[in-house]
This record gives sequence, structure tokens and C-alpha cells, in this order.
Amino acid sequence: MVYTLIFYLLSGLFSYQELPDNEYDIAMDSMTVRVMNYDQFKPLLNQNNDTTYVVNFWATWCAPCVKEIPYFVQIDSIYSNAPFKLVLVSLDFKRDYVQKLMPFVKERGLEDYVLVLEDNRANYWIDDIDPSWSGAIPATLVFNGARRKFFERTFHHVDELNDIIKPFLKN
Amino acid sequence: MKHLIGKLMLTLFTIALISATPPVVDSYKVGDQAIDFSLKNVDGKMVSLSSMKGVKGYIVVFTCNTCPYAVMYEDRIIELHNKYAPQGYPVIAINPNDPDVKPGDSYADMKVRAKEKNFPFNYLMDEKQEVFPAFGATRTPHVFLLDANRYVRYIGAIDDNAQDASAVTVNYVQDAIKALQSGNNPDPSETKAIGCTIKVKS
Repeated sequence: MVYTLIFYLLSGLFSYQELPDNEYDIAMDSMTVRVMNYDQFKPLLNQNNDTTYVVNFWATWCAPCVKEIPYFVQIDSIYSNAPFKLVLVSLDFKRDYVQKLMPFVKERGLEDYVLVLEDNRANYWIDDIDPSWSGAIPATLVFNGARRKFFERTFHHVDELNDIIKPFLKN
Repeated sequence: MKHLIGKLMLTLFTIALISATPPVVDSYKVGDQAIDFSLKNVDGKMVSLSSMKGVKGYIVVFTCNTCPYAVMYEDRIIELHNKYAPQGYPVIAINPNDPDVKPGDSYADMKVRAKEKNFPFNYLMDEKQEVFPAFGATRTPHVFLLDANRYVRYIGAIDDNAQDASAVTVNYVQDAIKALQSGNNPDPSETKAIGCTIKVKS
């Protein structure tokens, strides 16, 4: 509630819409980005259907992350007719949502892909996402049903990324 | 005999193949003995662990100038040193980044930052980038608490809230030192946190 008030005061353009269970949206103009904690986010990682999910952990402060984002967007267009879903999980700092994250999402046209994971219990959820993850970003999880692979690395070309994703789409 | 040589060759070949593949996770585990090293401090002097006399342990922190997480922890790393160096546990900060990849992390920039913040601890440059892989550090900041004999006793985060020091509920490193001081094993002995990758040439 306090945050809603503060952000209304900060700018008429932005608003925080609080949702049940503390999930909420950050809104800018007609664009919204969902903010959730790990418990709310986790079901997404356990989807069991035909879709291949590519879940990339990033932040606007992370230079290698920002650099590789266009490759993920390209991959999404390559598989636009396939059962494929790209999720860009922002680990931005709360203080940067309005000033940095939202303008970035808008400028790059990433609204359909971005959600914010806001949860201090990193020591719990890093291992829960993948025990091999040290916590450094960028990091990417690819899964299709029970098949999953985790990558704590940077991708330097769309082909590098496609090489790891392609096998998931060929069942 | 020929058969044996064939087997031997195959084994050697396999070993060569395995060692050619970089290991995914090759970091120190709690209980491993860390190597000593000699790295250049911001004051121009070479510093090694063995050059520090009368210490009971070492708070080795891989950190840098540029990572926002490292910056958020700067004051807390200073506090750690000021509180625990007099008790025999100095901070040894090591910048593992390649300044060609991350220009703000050059030796000159480290000197500037150390002066600005008046770092009371050694701030060393891992110039050849050989020390951080030996430790298996993967991010900044990344703490390795060693005892007097360089055995790794705790690995991980400084505390449980990077963004807000006033909202910290568990001070992992301080608790680990207290455990050592009372002759116990730190619990938890390993924690994880979000951080920046260590910058190397690709």
C-alpha cells in the first residue's frame, strides 16, 4: 500500500497494482510487468506439457545479460509457430523498477517476456532452480516436461543458443 | 602384452579427453585446503596469505569495483574487516575480473576506489586470473572463509540481504567466524546468492 502511494506520488505515469498474495504489476503507460516471489513463480518451472520453455535470468545492471537478450528474442521469432515459450526473469533491484527496468522493457519491446522475481531468499531458490547454479547471472534454464538443462553461461550468438534449444523441440 | 599396451593407450586417451573438457564445477568445497597465492595489492606490494603473521583465519572475498552487488556490499566488507581483523580474521579482497572485458576493474581503478572508500584491507588484483579458478569463485562478491591452516570452512554470501543491510536476518560470514572462534563448524557452511559473473575473455 505504501509503495503504491509512493509510486503514485513519484510519477503519474507509473502505478503499482497490488494483487492477492502480494503479487503485483508495475504499470507504465499501457504496459505492465508482473512482480512475484519464488513461490508464485515456481509453478512455471514445473509446467508439464508439449511446450519448450526457455527461462533466462537477467537484470538491467548485468551487462552480459543485456547483450545476449536479442538472441533470445530472435530464438522466439524462429520458433513462433512451435510450442515454445520464452520467459525473461528480471532480478533487478526494487529501486530500479521504475527508472531502469520499465524503460528498458518498453524500449526493447519485451513486455510479453518479462516478469520480475522479487524474493530475498536467494539461498533457497537458487538451489531449487538448479543445484549447479552458483548464483551468477546470466543463467538460463531450458525444459520440456521432465527434460531440463541449466546453463550458467553467456551466449555470444543466436546459433550458440539455438544449438542448445533445438534438441528440445525435436521430440 | 600388445593387448595391455592397447588398453593403456585407451586409458591415456580417455584421460586426455577428460582433462581437455573444462570441468563444470571445480570449486573448493568446505574442508579443502586452499592454495596460497601472491598478488599485487593496491599499494603496489605483493601480498600472500603466508605473509600475514599471527592470523587465525582469512576472509577471502572475490569482489570488484563494477558489479552492483559488490558495490552494495562494500561498506559491509569494510565493517567485517574492522570488526574481525583485530580478532585475527582480516579481509583479503581479490578482484578477479579481466579489465579488458570490464574496464572499470583495472588496477588503476582499483587504486582509485580503495582510496575513495579508504579500504582498510588488502585489495588485490588477480592479474593472471589464476587464483579465482583455483578457488572456484564464480561470481562477485563470493566469500571463502579459511582457517589458520588455509582450510576452507565457509563458502558463499556475506549475509542474506544484498539490497538492504538493515533488513539482514542472518550474517552468514560473522556467524561462521563465531563458530570457528568457539571451535565449531560453521552452519550453514555454504550459501548462495545472486551476483555478477567473473569477467574473462571469451
